[in-house]
Amino acid sequence: MKLIYLIIGFIILAVTSLFLGVQDISPLDLFSLTEAQAHVLLVSRIPRLVSIILAGVGMSICGLIMQQLTRNKFVSPTTAGTEDSARFGILVSLMLFSTASPLVKVLVAFFFALLGTFIFMKLLEKVKYKDAIFIPLVGMMFGSIVGSITTFFAYKNDLIQNMSSWLQGNFSTMIQGRYELLYISIPLVAVAYLYANKFTIAGMGEEFSVNLGLNHKQVVNIGLVIVALITATVVLTVGMIPFLGLIIPNIVTMYRGDNLQNSLSHTALLGAVFVLACDIFGRVVIHPYEIPIGLTVGVIGSGIFLYMIMRRKAYE
Amino acid sequence: MVDVKHVSKVYGNKNVINDVSVKIAKGKITSFIGPNGAGKSTLLSMISRLIAKDEGEIYIDGMDVTRCKSNELAKKISILKQSNNINIRLTVKELVSFGRFPYSQGRLTKEDRKFVAEAIRYMELEDIQHKYLDQLSGGQRQRAYIAMVIAQDTEYVLLDEPLNNLDMKHSVQIMKVLRKLADELGKTVVIVIHDINFASCYSDYIVAMKDGRVIKEGTTDEIITPSVLNEVYDMDFKIEEIDAERICVFYS
Repeated sequence: MKLIYLIIGFIILAVTSLFLGVQDISPLDLFSLTEAQAHVLLVSRIPRLVSIILAGVGMSICGLIMQQLTRNKFVSPTTAGTEDSARFGILVSLMLFSTASPLVKVLVAFFFALLGTFIFMKLLEKVKYKDAIFIPLVGMMFGSIVGSITTFFAYKNDLIQNMSSWLQGNFSTMIQGRYELLYISIPLVAVAYLYANKFTIAGMGEEFSVNLGLNHKQVVNIGLVIVALITATVVLTVGMIPFLGLIIPNIVTMYRGDNLQNSLSHTALLGAVFVLACDIFGRVVIHPYEIPIGLTVGVIGSGIFLYMIMRRKAYE
Repeated sequence: MVDVKHVSKVYGNKNVINDVSVKIAKGKITSFIGPNGAGKSTLLSMISRLIAKDEGEIYIDGMDVTRCKSNELAKKISILKQSNNINIRLTVKELVSFGRFPYSQGRLTKEDRKFVAEAIRYMELEDIQHKYLDQLSGGQRQRAYIAMVIAQDTEYVLLDEPLNNLDMKHSVQIMKVLRKLADELGKTVVIVIHDINFASCYSDYIVAMKDGRVIKEGTTDEIITPSVLNEVYDMDFKIEEIDAERICVFYS
C-alpha cells in the first residue's frame, strides 16, 4: 500500500467526519456559516476529529513500539495490561484526590500504566515457555486481574458508574475543554520518530544492541514511558480502545517490514484512518444515535485478532 | 591484541571460566575449540562485554573492556552470536546498514552507504539485498549477518559458531570469507568452532579449552596432534596429512 493512498483516504474520512452529525453542516456552508453551525464545528466537530486522530495515531504507535521491544506480534497496550493499569490509576486518583485536575489524574494514570507495563515485562522475562501466543495471554490475564481489582475498589467507593465510562472508549463526549490533554501525545510521537532506529535495534535483542554500542535498557525504558504516557492520556480522555494497538501495527509490518523507520508513518496514518472509519460507522449505523468507538473497534478488532491467531504460522 | 588476564566467571557454584589467560594475535584467525560446556562462548561474550566477568582483566589494544564506553568499543570489536539469528522482517540491506550504527547513530552518511554497499558486495549478497531476512535460507541469512559485521568495520571480529546449521558448501564459503577478512583486510578474527577440520584448515592459532580452562594454545600445527586432541576431547584421533592440511579422522 502506498502512503499516498493512505493520505487520500485519511483526508476523505477526516472531511466526512467534520460534516457528519445531527446538525446539518455541508462543506458548501463553510463560507457562510450561521452562528449555530460555527459553534457546533468549533466546540464539537473539530475537537472530535482531532481527538480521533491523536488517539488513533497514539495507540497504534504504542502498539508498534511494544511489539518491537518485546519481539512479539501479539503484545499491545490491550494485551499487556497497560490500559487496565491506567484505568486503575484513574480510580486511585479519584479515590485519593476527589477533585483531582485532569493533569493530576493523567500523572497518576501514567504512573500506574508504567508500573503495570514494567510488571508485564518482568513476567515476560520469567516466562520460560516463550510461545508467541502464550505471552499475550499472560498479559490479558494480568490485565483482567488489575481490572477486577479496579472494579472491587470502585464498588467499595461507589465509583462503578464513573469507572465504567472509562471502560469503553467514546468520542461523542469529546468537546472543547475535554480533549486537550491528548495533545501530550504529539511530542511523544515525535520522540518515537527520533528513536525509531534505536527501537528497531533494541528489538533484535540485548546482545545485538550491545554489539552495536546501544544502551539497551535505556532505549527500552524510553519506549515504555512513551507507551504508558500515551495510553494514560487516551484512556483518561477517550477511554479504552481495545485491540487498536494490536491490529494496526500488525497489518503495517506485514507489508512494510519491521524497520520502524519505514513503518512508523504508515502505522500512524492507518491508525487514524481505521479509527475514523470505525467512528463514522458508529455514528451512521443507528443514526441519530451512535455506538461508542470502544465497541466498534472492539468488535472489528477482536475479529481481526482472531483471524491473526488462526493464520499465525505466517508470522513465525 | 586482545589480552585476557586471569579471568574467571561463576554461575551459581559452577566455575564456567577458571583463571583463563590468553593472548589473541592481531590480523590472524584464532579458533577456540573444545567440548560442549568448556566455556568458549562465555569467554567470547566476556571479551566483547556482552556478559560481565567476575575476576581478572581483559584488554583490547591496551584498553580495559569494562571501563570503555560501549559505543567506542562498538567501533573496535564486533560479535556475532548464533542467538542473533532471529526472525525479523528487515531486508538484507537494512540489516547491513545497522552495522554502521556505532558511527552514524542511524543517520547514514555517504561514507556509511559506501561501507554498506561494499560489505554487501564482499559477501556476494547484491542479488538478494532487497529481500527480507525471513525469506532467506540459513546460509544466506548467516552471510547477511556477517556482512553487517563487515560494515561495522571493527578491527576485531568475534563469531560464535558461525557454521552452525550450515551445509558443507556454505561452511566452506563462510570460512573462505573469514580467511579473506584476515588476509586482505587485516582483521583479527576469533571464532568458536566445533568442526575440528575447519579449525585445522583455516586458522592460524588454536586455543583448546576444557572445563573452563585453557588446556593448550598455539599454532595450528602445535594443537592438531593426536595427543593434544585426545586430552581435550577424551577420544582417539588419527591425523592424516592431505594436500598439506592436517585432517583429523575420528568417526570410528
